[in-house]
Amino acid sequence: MFDDLRELYQEVILDHSKHPRNFRHPDDANHEAHGYNPLCGDTLNVYLKMGHNGLIEDAAFEGKGCAISLASASMMTEIITGKTETEAKVLFDGFQKLVKGEEATIDAGDDTERLMVLAGVKEFPMRVKCATLAWHAMSSAMDGEEEASTE
Amino acid sequence: MNDMTTFDVEKIRKDFPILSREIHGMPLAFLDNGASAQKPKAVLDAIEKAYDHTYANVHRGVHYLSQASTELYEGARETIRAHINAASLDEVIFTKNATESINLVADSYGRANLKEGDEILLSTLEHHSNIVPWQLIAEKTGAVVKAVPIDEHGEFMFDTYLEMLGPKTKIVAVTHISNAIGTITPIDEIISAAHDAGAVVLIDGSQAAPHMQIDMQAIGADFYVFTGHKVFGPTGIGILYGKEELLDKMPPYQGGGDMIRRVTFEKTTFAKGHSKFEAGTPPIVQAIGLGAAIDYVNTIGFDKIGPHEQSLLAYATEQLGQINSVRIIGQAKQKASIISFTMEGIHPHDIGTIVDRGGVAIRVGHHCAQPLMDHFDVAATARASFAFYNNRADVDALVTAVRGVQEFFG
Repeated sequence: MFDDLRELYQEVILDHSKHPRNFRHPDDANHEAHGYNPLCGDTLNVYLKMGHNGLIEDAAFEGKGCAISLASASMMTEIITGKTETEAKVLFDGFQKLVKGEEATIDAGDDTERLMVLAGVKEFPMRVKCATLAWHAMSSAMDGEEEASTE
Repeated sequence: MNDMTTFDVEKIRKDFPILSREIHGMPLAFLDNGASAQKPKAVLDAIEKAYDHTYANVHRGVHYLSQASTELYEGARETIRAHINAASLDEVIFTKNATESINLVADSYGRANLKEGDEILLSTLEHHSNIVPWQLIAEKTGAVVKAVPIDEHGEFMFDTYLEMLGPKTKIVAVTHISNAIGTITPIDEIISAAHDAGAVVLIDGSQAAPHMQIDMQAIGADFYVFTGHKVFGPTGIGILYGKEELLDKMPPYQGGGDMIRRVTFEKTTFAKGHSKFEAGTPPIVQAIGLGAAIDYVNTIGFDKIGPHEQSLLAYATEQLGQINSVRIIGQAKQKASIISFTMEGIHPHDIGTIVDRGGVAIRVGHHCAQPLMDHFDVAATARASFAFYNNRADVDALVTAVRGVQEFFG
């Protein structure tokens, strides 16, 4: 009974959800967006400090959410820091395909292993929105939109 | 079908085919009845028979099937009228669900009677469907929506309500039972105080209809709404009860066939009674299915259903209460068999996913009652809602699964 639950809630995910990384509001953030999932009421803010040439110098978030959305947000902030806007959006696209089960894997270089941790979500279609909430907010923040919704 | 002098839950369960299913290899413990209830064989049979034996459009033809279909459809109206003890058939309007029933009243009664500065009183307990229609009509008319608060146990604050009632109060719209936390509100007192203040009252009975006998003439509400699918009937059918003298004066909600008396391009006159509010081909088979559901429930009887559900509620409350991380949200003195809870450090969505793998179906989220969630300072809760076909094994499955969640995240 618990096999696919263990696949979904891997130790790494439980760790990130209990101790989210970059859970803060940086004073020097110059892009931010609010992510909201109207189905469950989960809400989080993503903060980015974007430098020249679209470089993400810092990424952070705050908010309330389930283990999946918090872990995904936490890992996302770690992964996109140091990437460019274009690279982050390519990762988002690949990550969405992964958790929706449209692609079996993701080719993200050094980040592949970390992103694959969330691949178990594909067995739980109702939880895809949890896994992608922070990513939608990140994308909106880069596009200068204040609100991101999973709808 | 059951013909019972005593309540035998195991026998009743056999009337509901879906209850013998396994989910993820585990016996189903269906505890999401507050969202929608399962259907007994009697309802499934009535629906099938209506389609394969008597189906035709109603109120239209002179042919045999149209007449047979009309008789069944109008027979369902009489079944429901008798069940809720409405004074006449014209007081029983078929809608598509409780939401549409409330929108009908807000739009038709509200548009005709509300003006700038008038007040509509709701409560913090309301489902979004008893908030948003009032906000929409308030925006159109300049009326103001206010909410009667609840206390820390989830009780309707009656003294505050009395203070809020005044000459500006035109409509009071309150739930009979909170869908999210199970509070039973004191509707008799609420209605009589509103009438003393000159306001009309709508009661949202969506959660009450599956749990208790509702008697329109005894309750005395001006409008009372509920939906079919929560009382073991099909989706797509709802009930609006309204007092005839009010309905007579209200303008139509939607225009179309069946709701007219005579149509010309210069002027149309409208049908009288319930027909005025039933434009277009109605949910014929759904109404017949709802009638069958009400007949089925009455073979068991709310006098037996009530004590059984209260015993499940007490048992579940006691068992869940023994789990350290569980906090029960809403502890009103009078509650229906609905338990909302949170677990320390664990999000309701994660609870829902994990207990589901144990075959336990519960609802997680804000239950379309975000102001209520805000009151308790939570974004969401997990909710187990029990019907008369639930048994102690269902409670045990829930408690085992919730303990599993605690271990999982421990």
